[in-house]
Amino acid sequence: MIIILFGIFLLALTVITALAIVQSESLFAAVILTGIFSLLMAANFFLLDAADVALTEAAIGAGVSTVLFLGALALTGEQERSGSKNRLLALGVVTITTLIVIYATFDKPRFGDPAAPVHQHVGPWYLEKTPELIDIPNAVTAVLASFRGYDTIGEVFVVLTAGIGVLFLLSARTTARPENMQPPKESHQGLRHYLVPRVVGRMLIPFIFLFGLYVQFHGDYGPGGGFQAGAIVAASIILYALLEGEEAALRALPMRVLQWLIAGGALLYGAIGVMGMLLGGNFLDYSVLASDPIAGQHIGIILIELGVGITVTGVLLSVFHAFAARGKV
Amino acid sequence: MTTVIDILSWVFLTGGGLFVFIGGLGALRMPNLYTRMHAASLTDTMGAVLVLVGIMLQAGLTLATIKLAAILLFLLLTSPTASNALASAAILSGLQPQEGTVRPGGASE
Repeated sequence: MIIILFGIFLLALTVITALAIVQSESLFAAVILTGIFSLLMAANFFLLDAADVALTEAAIGAGVSTVLFLGALALTGEQERSGSKNRLLALGVVTITTLIVIYATFDKPRFGDPAAPVHQHVGPWYLEKTPELIDIPNAVTAVLASFRGYDTIGEVFVVLTAGIGVLFLLSARTTARPENMQPPKESHQGLRHYLVPRVVGRMLIPFIFLFGLYVQFHGDYGPGGGFQAGAIVAASIILYALLEGEEAALRALPMRVLQWLIAGGALLYGAIGVMGMLLGGNFLDYSVLASDPIAGQHIGIILIELGVGITVTGVLLSVFHAFAARGKV
Repeated sequence: MTTVIDILSWVFLTGGGLFVFIGGLGALRMPNLYTRMHAASLTDTMGAVLVLVGIMLQAGLTLATIKLAAILLFLLLTSPTASNALASAAILSGLQPQEGTVRPGGASE
């Protein structure tokens, strides 16, 4: 009961935040509010016992994407351009869509209803068979990496494709510099003049990185896995870039390496799948990777999660660098 | 013994909640950025510390307490840093702290 009340409270806050985002004319404030929105959604997911999703939402939604949005804002302006004329039309479309969505919720099962379709279909089978077939404590990882490995390889390739698309769009060199954009002075590279954030940030980076590795390799046992770990590792390197300047981060991890990471992670995932075929199983069937099927599942899950993590890290960092480089063209 | 720990834990939790409330009130009511930040930093430090200590007392000597202690350490490092960075950014962008008394609802700059 208390959980439902708390959930309603959090959802009310998300609605208020969403209205504030629509209202605010300052895009900077809107970006920060978007981060708050993601954090509230993460708390909501956690209330629904979806710790893995909550971790992803907090790391990517509230963390990395806020930085990416701010990078985009540095290239555009901080104020919303006013003067769109079709306000009434937009209001009408939004109202109709809202009514349709509200109408659709009438058919949804009640919160926590055991007879809901999601609890009737393959869900119970996964929960029942995970200890027997895969034998890891976190059923989410078992479903994500093994039972539904095809979906996850699809997601990894979506991330890969999106990364390539963003890189294509952003790394097109424009020769003309907009008038209002000044080249950043060397002394303003990174937070050179902020002593306290630099010292504390430097101290924290190794621990954030270590936490990323923990989330990566502990995904079998607790909430975590490649997507979350990739975002956390990328966040630690983005923090380094913010503190020491983008060049320092590029010296540590050059763009060439990042491109190899993007392709390499997806390639590792696909290669594990093909390996299963070569060893006499099906594509993405990890049971044949070792003499013991359960050990084979463990090896396969660790490796494909690593592939996911590598690709996510590579894509997030490349997109960040693409935005940052764009500001200096 | 458990009653004592429970009472102590609730005292910490209530105190933390009070500090969060005061911080929120201050962030809304204070007249300018620096005083608002001062109020908001109360939430990050005293509020969070007291709430976390309260939860640690509830958790007892378990792994959860160690994790909470790690969160506490992280918050104690990062929240003041964030406040410092915010204040530095405000100073660098030219927002001078006002001296003297300011009437509530008066100068909002």
